[in-house]
Amino acid sequence: MLNARALAATALLPLAANAQNQVNMSTGVSEAGAVITDLGVEIYDLHMLIFWICVVIGLGVFGVMLYSIYAHRKSKGVEPSQFHEHTGVEIAWTIVPFFILIGMAVPATSTLLEVYDNDDAEMSILVTGYQWKWKYEYLDADGENVAFFSNLATSQEQIYNTDTKGENYLLEVDEPLVIPVDTKVRFLITANDVIHSWWVPEIAVKRDAIPGFINEAWTRVLAEGVYRGQCTELCGAYHGFMPVEVHVVSRDEFDDWMAAKKGAAAADAALAATELSVDELMARGEDVYNASCLACHGANGEGGLGNAIAGSAIAMGGLDSHLNVIVNGVAGTAMQAFGAQLSDVDVAAVTTYQRNAFGNNTGDVVQASDVVSYKEG
Amino acid sequence: MGDHHHGPAKGLSRWLYTTNHKDIGTMYLWFSFAMFLLGGAFAMVIRAELFQPGMQLVEPGFFNQMTTLHGLVMVFGAIMPSFVGLANWLIPMMIGAPDMALPRMNNWSFWILPPAFLMLASTLLMEGGAPAFGWTFYAPLSTTYAPPSVTFFIFAIHILGVSSIMGSINIIATVMNMRAPGMTYMKMPLFVWTWLITAFLLVAVMPVLAGAVTMMLMDIHFGTSFFSAAGGGDPVLFQHIFWFFGHPEVYIIILPAFGVISQIIPAFSRKPLFGYASMVYATAAIAFLSFIVWAHHMYTVGMPVAGELFFMYATMLIAVPTGVKVFNWVTTMWRGAMTFETPMLFSIGFLVLFTIGGFTGLMLSIAPADFQYHDTYFVVAHFHYVMVAGAVFSMTAAIYFWLPKWTGRMYNETMGKVHFWVSFIGFNITFFPQHFVGLAGMPRRIPDYALQFADFNMMSSIGAFIYGASQLLFLYNVIAAIVAGEKVSDEKVWDGAEGLEWTLPSPPPYHTFETPPKIEEQPAH
Repeated sequence: MLNARALAATALLPLAANAQNQVNMSTGVSEAGAVITDLGVEIYDLHMLIFWICVVIGLGVFGVMLYSIYAHRKSKGVEPSQFHEHTGVEIAWTIVPFFILIGMAVPATSTLLEVYDNDDAEMSILVTGYQWKWKYEYLDADGENVAFFSNLATSQEQIYNTDTKGENYLLEVDEPLVIPVDTKVRFLITANDVIHSWWVPEIAVKRDAIPGFINEAWTRVLAEGVYRGQCTELCGAYHGFMPVEVHVVSRDEFDDWMAAKKGAAAADAALAATELSVDELMARGEDVYNASCLACHGANGEGGLGNAIAGSAIAMGGLDSHLNVIVNGVAGTAMQAFGAQLSDVDVAAVTTYQRNAFGNNTGDVVQASDVVSYKEG
Repeated sequence: MGDHHHGPAKGLSRWLYTTNHKDIGTMYLWFSFAMFLLGGAFAMVIRAELFQPGMQLVEPGFFNQMTTLHGLVMVFGAIMPSFVGLANWLIPMMIGAPDMALPRMNNWSFWILPPAFLMLASTLLMEGGAPAFGWTFYAPLSTTYAPPSVTFFIFAIHILGVSSIMGSINIIATVMNMRAPGMTYMKMPLFVWTWLITAFLLVAVMPVLAGAVTMMLMDIHFGTSFFSAAGGGDPVLFQHIFWFFGHPEVYIIILPAFGVISQIIPAFSRKPLFGYASMVYATAAIAFLSFIVWAHHMYTVGMPVAGELFFMYATMLIAVPTGVKVFNWVTTMWRGAMTFETPMLFSIGFLVLFTIGGFTGLMLSIAPADFQYHDTYFVVAHFHYVMVAGAVFSMTAAIYFWLPKWTGRMYNETMGKVHFWVSFIGFNITFFPQHFVGLAGMPRRIPDYALQFADFNMMSSIGAFIYGASQLLFLYNVIAAIVAGEKVSDEKVWDGAEGLEWTLPSPPPYHTFETPPKIEEQPAH
């Protein structure tokens, strides 16, 4: 056994020198030494407390065992003792662990009560899990909610090893969640299709996103910075490709960002009332396609988890049936109702793109007004 | 001599029609080993894909099929049937019974297994692929969003459940009715005790699993909404039902392993088990607690804080009887006269690694900390320490320990020791680093990962290949022993072994204990 330990230790050495290989839970403290969240620090301390208790007990048990293996072997000519059963010892090793457990349960209970203290939040954000992206909706007292989707930003080329992987490979999104520093933020967490789980290790928030139910969680982040996480509940083929990216910024920056978001939403609405050129629609459509369609339908519309779009009877057939699939989804399949996820302009753009890209070349141009009139039926 | 004193029938019909507990035990053991290799092959695909970041060998959807089938095949195909095989071989010989109480049902409970797994494996070839929703098959991923092959999966689970229930009823009936005169409950070997308790757990929870998959079937095909909020159901209900089965299932797997270790450590320490009675009570306590801790698998689903606290406290309590077990084994070794043949090596390996798995289990029971551990590789590391270093190591120890009794031939000891060390080292290289990546934030069940997890994942994959390869050595050693191993002349085989099975010739005749043995005054545990 000692041999195995020594060998394993040698195998670990070259890795231990590499600081990139984090071996423990996030401490809740940033590299600069600032506390990220009080709760994160508390959970880390609890984790280490239990860990060290286990280490001490383990050293005791394994120490006795190893000594016994060393000293009480037949090859040393020892005669086996025949003792068995000792009420005192047996009661002791039942009672003592019980008290150790009470010592663990006390701090665990107080930390858990804090995790569940969702009161007095200063702002609320509705987090919705979709296959395979997150939607963030800032709930506004005046009803002017700001909502957007947050998709994986890592390119397919990086994933399929034809391009160098970036520093934040698989942990980067096109539009991060932005929250103000030192503000108690309440997350309302749910899902649109299957169960997901929203997790950011450094701010110590993980809660399942369950379709039809709304869970609550909260955080108060004390250090500005970028924090990354991932979906942690198996949610289908691309479960590994729906990261969470949270930017914690100053109050002022947050207000500016929020104003810009509201402005952009208004601009989008204005855009929906105008006619766009084919080139504009195609460019916009390609972006939408890459963010929302590519994972299932392939980079060249060749299909995959979903049907092929190149040469497809739907993409090259009647416009209404094409819009029906995009806007309403296909029940019982992974094809979602994108009418609720994308703006009318984006639906128009991606429909135009699908009808003209990948050699489909139908020449059809779809405007936002077409989408609106389709939706109105 | 009546005409029931016959030997086995010849050819295939011997195996198809057999009602002999030794034949059926042998079939269970070979079947489970075949499933172990199949489940292992799936694991090798997983580890090969995870060798480096980026998608290399398989597509994400297929990767999920591999993780799902790996779990299902290992739990239901390899570990559970292997212990049923061990029970078939050993329980009648340990309690002085001529056979199992219900021999025809015994035949049936084995023979429905191969078709069930054939059906499960055939889903790989179906349109839409095999089940890809994880071995825990959470709804609605396993209902509304499942591939069409889910229906075959449901029927396979039904059949496995029927097989397990029949096997358990048989074990309960055998232990309660077939003990030799004088073999009182408190004289039974611990392996028999742990299996008796396991059989009750199985009878209690397999119907719950059958209920869960039947509700899935209804949701998928008959328009019900047990697990869909849109129709008034609840996806979390599925998890409650699943884990009400699933947590006792964990003990169904590990309790017989405890029994095996409780036979082997005293044998090679040449000293009686320290606390026989407290081991029996600890086993019963663990079995009872297993029914009231299920929701510790679901700390993050948003249970009310009171529920969360209840399940946390109840789960922590399991550390007490489990501690009693570990302390007992160590105290049994203390001041014994130990030798370290392969079965003992695997038992000590079990003791060390299972204890580590127990510690991480205690860490996971702490609800607020579990918010960070849940569904990460830390959990994967934890349950492989318990399932592989626990159940599989103990099963391996059992094979080496009883193989000379069953076959009358000895395995190659040097090769056995090499198998142990390669397994032990390979196992730890595979799973120890998974604690690190899990704590550092790597979710489980992902086909590709962020760059900071790369080094440890590569290590893990190398360890997995080593551990996997070492099982081929095991297979070779067993076959070589059966075909050409050195003949065993002694009935006891191991000088420290105690129990009725060691009073029989090696190998034992086809039928044993047709006349009940005389039980000595001293318990033979």
